Amino acid sequence: MTLTATHLLALAPLILVCATAIVVMLGIAWRRHHTGSAIVTVVGLNLALLSLFGVWQLAPLETPMLAIDGLAILAAALILIAALACATLAHAYLEQFDDQREEFYLLLLCSTAGGLVLSASTHLATLFFGLELVSMPLYGMLAYTYRARRSLEAGIKYLVLSAAATTFLLFGMALLYAETGHLDIAGLVDSAAGGIGAWGLAGAALVIVGLGFKLSVVPFHLWTPDVYEGGPGPATTFLASASKVAVFAVLLRLVMSAPAFQSDWLHGVLAVLAVVTMLVGNLLAVTQSNLKRLLGYSSIAHFGYLLTALVIGEGLSIEATGVYLVTYMLTTLGAFGVVTLISSPYSGEDAAALHHYRGLFWRRPYLTAVLTITMLSMAGIPFTAGFIGKFYIIALGVEAGRWWLVGAVIVGSAIGLYYYLRVMVTLYLAEAGMQRRDAPENWAIQAGGVMVLGAAVLVILLGIYPAPMIDWVRVMSSAMLGVG
Amino acid sequence: MTLLWLILIPFIGGLLCWQGERYGGMAPRWIALATMLIELLITLGLWFQGEYHLPGAGTASDAVRWSMEWQVPWIPRFGISVHLALDGLSLVLIALTGFLGMLAVLCSWNEIVKRVGFFHLNLLWILGGVVGVFLSIDLFLFFFFWEMMLVPMYFLIALWGHSGSEGRTRIRAATKFFIYTQASGLLMLVSILGLVFAHHANTGEYSFEYATLMQTPLSDNVAMWLMLGFFVAFAVKLPVVPVHGWLPDAHAQAPTAGSVDLAGILLKTAAYGMLRFALPLFPEASQAFAPVAMTLGLIGIFYGAVLACGQQDVKRLIAYTSIAHMGFVLIGIYAGTELALQGVVLMMVAHAFSAAGLFILSGQLYERLFTRDMREMGGLWGRTGSLPGFSLCFVAASLGMPGTANFLGEFLILFGSFPVAPWTVAIASFGFLLAAVYALLLMQRVYFGPPKAEGLFADLDRREYLMMLSLLGLVLLFGLYPQPLLDTTSAAMGEVERLFTAVSQSSTLLTGAP
Repeated sequence: MTLTATHLLALAPLILVCATAIVVMLGIAWRRHHTGSAIVTVVGLNLALLSLFGVWQLAPLETPMLAIDGLAILAAALILIAALACATLAHAYLEQFDDQREEFYLLLLCSTAGGLVLSASTHLATLFFGLELVSMPLYGMLAYTYRARRSLEAGIKYLVLSAAATTFLLFGMALLYAETGHLDIAGLVDSAAGGIGAWGLAGAALVIVGLGFKLSVVPFHLWTPDVYEGGPGPATTFLASASKVAVFAVLLRLVMSAPAFQSDWLHGVLAVLAVVTMLVGNLLAVTQSNLKRLLGYSSIAHFGYLLTALVIGEGLSIEATGVYLVTYMLTTLGAFGVVTLISSPYSGEDAAALHHYRGLFWRRPYLTAVLTITMLSMAGIPFTAGFIGKFYIIALGVEAGRWWLVGAVIVGSAIGLYYYLRVMVTLYLAEAGMQRRDAPENWAIQAGGVMVLGAAVLVILLGIYPAPMIDWVRVMSSAMLGVG
Repeated sequence: MTLLWLILIPFIGGLLCWQGERYGGMAPRWIALATMLIELLITLGLWFQGEYHLPGAGTASDAVRWSMEWQVPWIPRFGISVHLALDGLSLVLIALTGFLGMLAVLCSWNEIVKRVGFFHLNLLWILGGVVGVFLSIDLFLFFFFWEMMLVPMYFLIALWGHSGSEGRTRIRAATKFFIYTQASGLLMLVSILGLVFAHHANTGEYSFEYATLMQTPLSDNVAMWLMLGFFVAFAVKLPVVPVHGWLPDAHAQAPTAGSVDLAGILLKTAAYGMLRFALPLFPEASQAFAPVAMTLGLIGIFYGAVLACGQQDVKRLIAYTSIAHMGFVLIGIYAGTELALQGVVLMMVAHAFSAAGLFILSGQLYERLFTRDMREMGGLWGRTGSLPGFSLCFVAASLGMPGTANFLGEFLILFGSFPVAPWTVAIASFGFLLAAVYALLLMQRVYFGPPKAEGLFADLDRREYLMMLSLLGLVLLFGLYPQPLLDTTSAAMGEVERLFTAVSQSSTLLTGAP
């Protein structure tokens, strides 16, 4: 097929992000300037975000490799916002970093481009390409403060395990190809119409393993706490928000459209994975004394909740996924944003141990309010966006009559409350003589601070008045290709 | 709009308190006091103006009638709206909230010295959430407030509470309270959603509307499960015996204001929830479940009373007596006759006053003695001014002495329940005996016996005197002349009774078939 202007326009966000990456790279080659690189990145990402409005007029549009539909646009918007937040955080975080600072933005932009490709892919080739483009720069980002041992360890750990997962993914794709002779999802759907053989099922299962690793679904979650703990704040933020959103979007697309992923057997496996992920994630989080590790385990649990949407795969599923992803991402950005801001003025390891946060409220009330709101939102308490997300998940389970899943969500939430509350109350307990770390005095007027406050305000606003978000997600999910 | 303001005033007042702290420690207290006074005055104004003697049931239609109503769409996707409505029951309970809110502010006047602004923010937000619970008749909104009010309560216990003996820290108590209530709340959310989807399956429309969902026909099995979801959430909050574990700890560790709110108002939200939602939404299932619920109530009466006798901590003792009193409330609710339901309302109000009085008194004792352990008290009569006298009055109220509102409440409950469940009533009557035992034990251990130390303690000051006198006055007022209260809630209670007892007579009323 020929590429027309329409197609180019539809791909504008991706092109803009890539162009920004090139500009940043050339800028670095010409003259290093930290704030300059950050500004170019932010401008580029904003342009890409704005171009989504134009793209929406063209949707849904399908190319052989990519589908520009509601799901892709929804995911793209989330990824771009997350990337923007990470760029602002990175600027605050790297200000005091005594090494080359500018390359971080380059890596961030490349990874963002990968996320855009991944979430729009309708072909196993683009899926693989996108996934690798998300992950490769992340290795660099996680090991960016490589003089700190933990950071390097995080980067290498993620690299090795991710590579292992990729081989599973590739092998699964090979099996699917061997069974059907197609690599595009539409082709897979057609050729599998008459039923799917054992090899095809095995292939589908291996693909889920590969993607499940990125989402840190139990039992492929072992890397998560170490990587979250070791990686520098902005990189972890990106890993926890943008990359997970992108991977989940493509998993949703696969499960919703390809029949190989809709067999009862696979659904059963997914259901078990969902329950185990929720419970294990929450249980392991209980004993953590490091905030970043705790958030890592809690993100495992959250993707367990999200998996229920995939298991049920009908009715409100897509809408619920969209809403949950929006709320999860905002909350994650807020929580990790605060961690990053507290850590930023120091070289060395991030301030993540819980005792660093003791009595933070009496020194930085608004920053603490942000962290409190995000913790409440993760726990799914009313007046926060997280409640709307949890409401959708439970509604979905009740509608489909999956009582085991609903029960697991409730048990998981109850366990979750325990550690979210522990974090929250720590913030308010003042004790003399504790080791203290702090955000800079003027944190609130810096870009990172504004972003964090914005995230918290949005969490509250969407918690109180979620109608616009729900409408938006509904419009997006109604414009999704290949679901029927 | 008045109804919306009733909810908003505490929230706004809370924010003002928080910011008011920069003008000194007294500013938040006065702001909080003024806020609750406005709340109370508005409610009383509505009481005197409004008409709560609604036309008798069955005259016109089956539609639920409210004295005031306010509705705006909120989340149209699911048919959720901000729907507030007021009837006699909610009016009484909101007035109670306003009054106890003022007391809570007053009793922490000297007790709370750290982070005064933030304390009052939490205090007022609890009250705002409670008012929201009493006013919402959209099930989503109801759940919203139901869960929301736990967060400030958690902070109140965790940050300003007392750390007791080993293993009983305030944070542990707060966490226990939060997890108990939140997890059971999620069960209620599942039930609400189950009801909504059952309605959706029937009509193809989403609605969280109280009046609409009441019309949903349900199979017996489904109705029972959904009812249980509601019941568990309310039972934890009430609390009913197997799920009461959070209450003694929370009370013992909470600051006085927290205990007053907890015993006076938060427990009442559970009884309110049963009266407003569990019974009317699932009358058949509730009817079938009534024997179990009454048995649980009976167990609660004896369990609470027996354990209260063995406590050393004053506040734990009062907490266990709350369990016993709530056992009576549970029996009354599931008896479902109008007389019993009226008794429940009176009992709720009376218990709020007497428990609040006892908790405030134990707070005042603590401010003088710096202990709540009864082993270190004794012989305080005559050494603490008029404190023992007031204690005697509230203890008498708590054991149900005729002349106090508690007596009337318990009497009406037992009298009203007798035709329905004579044996239950007969057994429950022995609860009075135990009530006398624990009440007298409390008096004996604290105020009589050999003194543990010499010296006089400060008498009550004017603020404390005022609080005690007003509480005592109300206990006696409703004990001697409860008619205005009963008149206000009779229509609402009659409605509950009509729905509940209609089960055995006809089935058309239930399914709402015209």
